[in-house]
Amino acid sequence: MKRVAKTRSAFTRRALLIGTAQGVIFGAIATRLYHLQVSQHGKYAMLAEQNSISERLVAPERGLITDRFGTILAGNQQHWRALFMHALAPDPQAVLENFYKLVDLPDDEKQRIAQDLASRPGYIPVLLKDYLDWPDMAAIEVNTPNLPGVVVEVGASRVYPLGPVSAHAVGYVARPNQKEAQSDTVLSLPGMRVGRTGTEAAQDQALRGAPGFVQTETNVHGEVVREVAHDAGTPGQTVTLGLDAGLQTLAMQSLADNAGAVVMLDANTGEILAMASSPSFDPGLFDKGVPNAVWNGWMTDPKHPLHNKATAGLFAPGSTFKPTVALSAMKAGLLTADTILTCPGFFKLGDHIFWCDNHVAHGSITVTTALQVSCDVFFYQVALMTGIDRMAAMAGKLGLGVNLGADLPNVASGLVPTLAWAKSRGIHWAQGSTVVQGIGQGYTQLTPLALATMIARIASGNAVGPHITRRIGGVLQNGSDPNDWPDLDIDDRHLAIIRQGLFDVVNTPQGTAYAARLTIPNVQMAGKTGTAQVHNNSAAEKQKNFNDMTMAWENRPNALFVGFAPYDNPRYAVAVVVEHGNFGAQTAAPIAHNMMTYALTHDPAGRDAPLTLPAQSTTPALPVNST
Amino acid sequence: MILESSLPPRRPFRDRSFGLARKFLRVNWLFVFCVCLLAAVGYTALYSAAGGNPQPYANSQLWRFLTGLVMMLGIAMVDIRAIEKLSWPSYLFGVLLLLMVMKFGHMGLGAKRWMTVGGVEIQPSELMKLFLAMAIGSYFKRATPEQTGNLLLVLPAVAAILLPVGLILKEPNLGTAVITGCIGCAVMLGAGVRWWWFAIAVAILAVAAPVLYHHLHDYQKARIDTFLNPGADPLGAGYNIIQSKIALGSGGFFGQGYLHGTQNQLNFLPEKQTDFVFTIIAEEFGFLGSMAVLGLLFFIVALALYTAITCQHTYGRLVALGIGTNFFLYCFVNLSMVMGLIPVGGVPLPLISYGGSALTAVMLGFGVLMSIHVHRDVEFAAADDF
Repeated sequence: MKRVAKTRSAFTRRALLIGTAQGVIFGAIATRLYHLQVSQHGKYAMLAEQNSISERLVAPERGLITDRFGTILAGNQQHWRALFMHALAPDPQAVLENFYKLVDLPDDEKQRIAQDLASRPGYIPVLLKDYLDWPDMAAIEVNTPNLPGVVVEVGASRVYPLGPVSAHAVGYVARPNQKEAQSDTVLSLPGMRVGRTGTEAAQDQALRGAPGFVQTETNVHGEVVREVAHDAGTPGQTVTLGLDAGLQTLAMQSLADNAGAVVMLDANTGEILAMASSPSFDPGLFDKGVPNAVWNGWMTDPKHPLHNKATAGLFAPGSTFKPTVALSAMKAGLLTADTILTCPGFFKLGDHIFWCDNHVAHGSITVTTALQVSCDVFFYQVALMTGIDRMAAMAGKLGLGVNLGADLPNVASGLVPTLAWAKSRGIHWAQGSTVVQGIGQGYTQLTPLALATMIARIASGNAVGPHITRRIGGVLQNGSDPNDWPDLDIDDRHLAIIRQGLFDVVNTPQGTAYAARLTIPNVQMAGKTGTAQVHNNSAAEKQKNFNDMTMAWENRPNALFVGFAPYDNPRYAVAVVVEHGNFGAQTAAPIAHNMMTYALTHDPAGRDAPLTLPAQSTTPALPVNST
Repeated sequence: MILESSLPPRRPFRDRSFGLARKFLRVNWLFVFCVCLLAAVGYTALYSAAGGNPQPYANSQLWRFLTGLVMMLGIAMVDIRAIEKLSWPSYLFGVLLLLMVMKFGHMGLGAKRWMTVGGVEIQPSELMKLFLAMAIGSYFKRATPEQTGNLLLVLPAVAAILLPVGLILKEPNLGTAVITGCIGCAVMLGAGVRWWWFAIAVAILAVAAPVLYHHLHDYQKARIDTFLNPGADPLGAGYNIIQSKIALGSGGFFGQGYLHGTQNQLNFLPEKQTDFVFTIIAEEFGFLGSMAVLGLLFFIVALALYTAITCQHTYGRLVALGIGTNFFLYCFVNLSMVMGLIPVGGVPLPLISYGGSALTAVMLGFGVLMSIHVHRDVEFAAADDF
C-alpha cells in the first residue's frame, strides 16, 4: 500500500511538472501573441492594408468546334492585349491619360473604357486594347511606372481555319454588348466572346467554359511584381459537328459564284454533313470588329452573304414538292400506282389555263412517270382532288412548313398554306391556288434544310430531324443513331412508289435529271428536280420559255434538286437550291451529283474521329535460327 | 503471481460497479461544457471563414461534433477496466491500420495518410496516438519504481512507441510522428521512468538531427527551410506564414470585428478553415479573443490533468496524462505554426479546425478520458493482470 502511495505521489509530482511545463508553453504562446497582436499591431495593420495579393478573373479558353473527323472549324489564336486593373491604380483617370498618350485609341473605344471603368468591380479588369503590336507593347512596358494597374497579357482570339466555307454552319462570335455584360459578370471579362450565329450561338454555353483567376502581387505603386497563383479555369467543351469538312468545301466550291444553298444529311439520322450557303463571308472578322467597307459591301450585295440561305432562305419548292402531293393523295386513297391521268399539255380550270412545262403533252401517265418527266398537269389534277389541307398535313409529316427543332439559331419554319391560314390572313382561297400548290408554287415557301429533311424522310422512312452537333465534350448527342428517331408513319408501299418515281428521274433517259446520274458502279441516286418561278411573267414573256437565259438574273427561276442515295439502301440525302439558276436539272442536279459522289466514296455517315488509336498490330516474331 | 485465496479465480470487475445513472452523474460536466464551448468557438470561426455563411464548413462540422459528443458520452459509460483490456488489441489494430494505409491508402499532398473505411475517411495516425497511450499505460499499470528503473523492462515500451512512430514517419508525416513519440514519452515519464534517460535520448536526437534532416523528404526540408527563412520564398510555402502573421497582427487588441477581418474575408490565406483557423479568431476578435480561446484550451488541458491526478489507478492516470498531452500538443503545434514559431505541418487546432478525422480522434480520446474520470476509483483486480 505504501508502495502504491509512493508511486502515486511520484506520478502527481511528475504530472504537475508536465502541467507546469504546458502552462509555461501556453504562457509563451500568449506572450508571442501579445507581441504580434498588440506590440506590433501597427506594423501588421499597415501590412494588411497594403497586402496587395490581388485576384482577378481571367476568361476561359473558348471550346473548339471541329468537324466530325476533328478538323478544326473554330479555334483560338493567341495575341497580346493590354488590361487595366483599375482597383490597383491610385488615380485611374491619370493612368488612362498616360496610356492614351502612348497608345492611340479611337474616341468610341475611349468612351467604352470609361463606361467599363464605371460599371465593373475591381476583380474584373477593363480591356484597354486588343491585338497589341510591338511598338505599343514596348511603349507600355517602358512606361510601367506611369501606368500602375496596366498589365499586358496573352489573350485568345477566335479563328476559323476554313473561313467562309463553314461560316454559316459554325457561325461567329463577337464581344458581348453592354447589356449582356451587365446581366452576366463573367461576360464582362476581357476576352469573353458570345456566339452570334450558327453553332457558336447554339452551343454558346458549352463552348464558354468557366473563368479562372490570377493572383498577382503588386507593390505600393500598383505595379505587378509577380504572379502568385494562376488558374486557367475550365476551358469550354469541344463541340464536334456532324459536318464533313471535305463535303462542306465541295458544297461551297460547287456553288461557286452562285447564290444558293446546299444541305446534305445523313438520311437515317438527319445529321447535317454539309450545310453551305453562298455567297459566304469571313467569320473571323467579327472577333476584331468588321471594317466599315467590308460591312457596307455585305449589306449592299444582292446575294446577301450574311444570310444563311440553308436554314433561313425561303424558296418556292417547285416540282420538288410533287412527291409530297402524291403521298398526300395516296394517303387519302385518291391515287394508286396504277391511276392513270391524262396530260394534254394544259389544264383548264374554269376560264383559266394552267400550262404544263413548256406546253408539252405527256399523254396518259401514272404517278411514277409523272414524277420522272415532271408532268405538271398530272399534279394539277392530283392537287385538286386532294385538297390543300391534306397536302399541308402530309407536308408537315415530311418536315415541311413546321418547326424542325434543329440545333441552330435562325431556322425558318417556312410555310405550307392551309385553309385556316388563308382565312386568318383574309386571303380568299381560289381553287387555282390549290392547283399551283400541286407543283410547289404559290404561297409555299420552304428552306433548303426542310427540303433535305423531306427527302431524307422519304428515303429512310424515319421521322429524322436535322441537327448539326454530333458530340459535346466527346459525348455523343441524342439523335446520332437511327434508332433515336421514330417511324415516319407513312405507308411503306406509298413510299416505295415515290422512291421508284424518283429513281426514274435520275436513272432513265427520259428522267429530268438523267445527266446527273451517278457514275459509281452499282449505286444509284434517286431525286427530283425543281424549277421554281420567282417572277410574274408578262404576256410577252409567257410566249417564250419562261426560264430563258435572256431574262434579268433576278427574274430567272430558282433551280432546285432533292435526292438521296444509294437508292436501295439510302444513306445520304441532299437538297440543292441555286437562286435564279434556271433549270433544276441544269444547275442544281450536277451539284447534287458531286456531293453524292463524294459522300458515297468517302462514306462519312455514322463515322467520326476514332476516339482511341487502333491497337498496334504486333510485329511477328523473327523465326529462330535453328542452326 | 500470488492470488489471494478468497478471490474466485476469474472475476474481472469485482467492486464499485454502479448503475448507469450514477455513472452519468459522475461525468465531469465542467469538462463536457468546456469541450462544447470550444466547439462553439469553432462554429463561430468556420461561419466567418465561409464569409458569414453556415455552409459549407460550420454546419457540417457541427454535425460531426454532435456525433462525436454522443460517442464520447457513450464511451464514458464503458468500464475503464473493459477499455484497459482493449489496450493492446487496439494498439495492434492501430499498427495494422498504419500498415494498411501504407498499402491501400490514398495519396494526398505527397503522403499516404488517409484511407476510407465504410465511406468515412480516417487517418490511422490520429487514432494511433490514443491507442499508444492506452498500450503504454497498460504496460506500466502495475509497475513499481524498481521496475520502471530497470532499463530492460522499459525497453519493450520504447519499442512499442518506436514501431508506430516509424510507420508514421514513413507515411511520411513528420509532425504527427513527433507528437506520437512525445505522447509515448509523456506516459513513460508519468509511469516513473527515469528522467535522465529522456535527457540522454533528447541529446542523441539533437546530434542525429542533421543526419535525419538529410533523409527527410524534399517537401519536409522545404518546410523547415521556409520556417528558418520565410522571406526567401514569400509566395511559396512562406506565403502562408507571412499572411498568417499579418492576420494575427492586424487583429490588434480588440480585433477588427466579427466577419470584418480583411485577411480572412479577402481570402489571403488558402485553407484558412483548416490549419489556420486560429487566424480568423485572432484577426476578428483580437488579442482578447485569442487569449480567451487560449485560456479555454489550457483549461481543458488542466482538466485532463486533474482527471489524471485524481484517478486512483495507475492505468487511468497514465492514459489521462497521454490524452491530455495529445490535446496539448495539438494546440501547441498548431498555434506555434500559425505564429511562425515552428515549421508548418498539417496539424489542426482540435475542435475548431474544419475536418472530421482529427475531431473524431480527439472525441474518442475524450471519451476514454471521461471513462477514466467516471471510473476513477475502481480497483483493478489482480486477476486482470497480464
